[in-house]
Amino acid sequence: MTNSAVRMTGVVKRFPGVIANDGVNFEVLKGEVHALLGENGAGKSTLSNILTGLYRPDEGSIDLDGTPVSFSSPKAALDAGIGMVHQHFRLVEPFTVAENVILGNPQTAFVIDTDSTVERVADLARRYDMAVDPNAKIWQLSVGEQQRVEILKVLYRGAGVLILDEPTAVLTPIEAEALFKTLRAMTAEGRTVIFISHKLDEVMSVSDRITVLRGGRTVGTVATRDTSTRELAGMMVGRSVEFSRATRRNPGDPGDVVLSLTDVSCEDDRGREALHGIDVTIGRGEIVGVAGVAGNGQRELAEVIAGMRTFTSGRILVGDKPLANGRARSAIADGVAHVPEDRLHTGLAAGHSVEDNIALKNYRTPLLSRFGMLKRNVITSQACDLVTRYDVKTPDTATPVRLLSGGNVQKVLLAREFSTKPKVLIAASPTRGLDVGAIETVRQRLVEAADDGVGILLICEDLEEIMSLADRIVVMYEGRLVADMPAVGATREQLGLLMGGATPETSQ
Amino acid sequence: MNSNLLVVIAASAIFYGTPLFFAALGGVFTERSGVLNLGVEGMMLIGGVTAAWSSLHVGGSAWFTVLVALCIAMLAGSILASLHAFLCVTLRANQTVAGLSITIFAGAVGLSSYFANIWKAAQDPVTRQVRKLDVLGLADAPILGPLLFNHTILTYLSWVMCAVASWYLFRTKIGLQVRAVGESPQTADAMGISVVKYRYIHTMLGGALAGLGGAFYSLAIVPTWVDGMTKGAGWIAIALVIFGFWRPGLTLLGAYLFGALQSLGTVLKARSFDIPGDVLDALPFVMTIVVLVLVSTRFAHKRIGAPAALGVPYEREER
Repeated sequence: MTNSAVRMTGVVKRFPGVIANDGVNFEVLKGEVHALLGENGAGKSTLSNILTGLYRPDEGSIDLDGTPVSFSSPKAALDAGIGMVHQHFRLVEPFTVAENVILGNPQTAFVIDTDSTVERVADLARRYDMAVDPNAKIWQLSVGEQQRVEILKVLYRGAGVLILDEPTAVLTPIEAEALFKTLRAMTAEGRTVIFISHKLDEVMSVSDRITVLRGGRTVGTVATRDTSTRELAGMMVGRSVEFSRATRRNPGDPGDVVLSLTDVSCEDDRGREALHGIDVTIGRGEIVGVAGVAGNGQRELAEVIAGMRTFTSGRILVGDKPLANGRARSAIADGVAHVPEDRLHTGLAAGHSVEDNIALKNYRTPLLSRFGMLKRNVITSQACDLVTRYDVKTPDTATPVRLLSGGNVQKVLLAREFSTKPKVLIAASPTRGLDVGAIETVRQRLVEAADDGVGILLICEDLEEIMSLADRIVVMYEGRLVADMPAVGATREQLGLLMGGATPETSQ
Repeated sequence: MNSNLLVVIAASAIFYGTPLFFAALGGVFTERSGVLNLGVEGMMLIGGVTAAWSSLHVGGSAWFTVLVALCIAMLAGSILASLHAFLCVTLRANQTVAGLSITIFAGAVGLSSYFANIWKAAQDPVTRQVRKLDVLGLADAPILGPLLFNHTILTYLSWVMCAVASWYLFRTKIGLQVRAVGESPQTADAMGISVVKYRYIHTMLGGALAGLGGAFYSLAIVPTWVDGMTKGAGWIAIALVIFGFWRPGLTLLGAYLFGALQSLGTVLKARSFDIPGDVLDALPFVMTIVVLVLVSTRFAHKRIGAPAALGVPYEREER
């Protein structure tokens, strides 16, 4: 085909123990938005990393505008006109927008003319309808604005093909709309956009054609107007998906409050106010889901309750006992358990053994130590017991945690947290990055714990997860709770609007 | 204290501050590229001993000998720094340990002393020195004479270098790229900037400047080779980089402040002030500790912003 922008044929990429791409065929036409759809681990990222020169394919060929190419580095791909907007931004935080845009550009003059650079970056931003101040420092910008800088960077270099890796994952719905408009403006000029995503709705609304990957292979390419979300979901997972609410043995008792926050505020690491007067309660056996786009104060909320961050005002009660401010050890003693987002760094000591990690919370008790000396045999038997009960796949309890798979790491963490018989559990993105089987297990454990009377605060960006597990949903936006509603009856649209800062009145 | 004494202290602060500034400016370049170099002291001493040897053995006119000696000192410093770069950039070793081991390896009672022994560099006093100039014949002018017109060529060079370094780091494309490599090597790499190349070059540039600083001791301050003659100046230089917020201009001011503290002992003793010498000798180091404590406060952390990737080996993310 003459108007093919990128054609990848029979691409194979193997990693030790995994075939990430297994004969992928992928063709993108000039001037279209082409979505690359697939679940986590379907091979989307590997494919885009091959296209941008980060990985070299083991087999297969790449044609750019009909000419075979082979990229040895990201720079080579960039020079050939393929630009990537990464999910994790590649920006230099203390630099200005303009400085980031011209960074590494061979056309930049040796002595930088700041004024004319700023002028040109501003022109480019205007042309594609992207609101961003070229003189602002990156760290001052919102995530959405930072993404615009990433796009400006590749446009400034004259990239004809733009790859966006899960671009909306960090955006509010309103920012996502603006991004889609920008993408349209780019394709109207004949540029080509490859849009990587696992979200069906946005793929339907933004793309011209869609290629679906599953398990490292191409399932097929379809024109967007000829398909439906249902068909795409089927292609993506290879089975029909039903999404249902978890069944509960014991419903929670919102009247019997195990955790209450009254007017709690705190600052983030940079000293700016991250929580503004949070009021929330969790009842015995109740699961309260905290929805929100990452970075709206969820992390600080979890840390304040876990005693890892001091709150500047307000009061936290566990049961009817006030929580000591900023003291993790007394939070543990009071019955607060915490499954942090970053399980291998904050949650566990990655290089330590499974049994030591399990003992980390209760090694001070007379059960595990006496006069400061650890009782190794008790620690081992405690760990063996929990490993069996929580079905952790590990050679033995002396294996370092970092050698376990993600799902098993999370099981170790849950085993430890639940072994202390907590009243309250704070779980932050507890299933992120896990495979389907492990997600199921983790969710099951959370529901069981709630059935046993633990009050759970489930902080999560995945709305499906919140809607299927939570009894009540609160929405966080810019450090405030903007809504508190029963999970039954809540809709994705309603939550999406609230997460994007719409007020409850306008969302109805 | 009369104004005359102040002028003497200020003039000698500039004199003693000059080698500190060279070494610290080298540190600014190195750290801006993301490499922490604790081997400065060792590199200064190697520079000092090679300069002393060259000054004694290279023939030709006096100024030619001195020029060659300075070049050799810089070369020696950068060769040692290339070892540091190899350890830290290529092998991705722990930068603190690598730097410390270079100072121990090359410093006092190390390689520099060994060279001094086999070359007999300490036998004769260095006669071909870096001498103070009488610029425009104004050296004896009141106040301004000693402050501005009676320094060595290296001091004037350091002023030029300070301006050039600021311009280089903050106004040129290459400077922008160096800072990007030190702040976010991932970003730099993705934009096609060679992290390895930039780190090697700026580590070696730092080593060359440390060598030049060391040469200032053996050709101007002492001026002869004495084992361990820099007496911890390399460590002060490392603190100066932080004190100067990784900016050449502020680093120059800091260097003169520490130069003043170092010269204080000499000046006051010469005027028979009754202060124990040990106390005076300890002043720069006490000040170093005070400075490091101050810049480690939370407030300072928010303000000054060390290069974010300082001391972190860069590895391209792979599966």
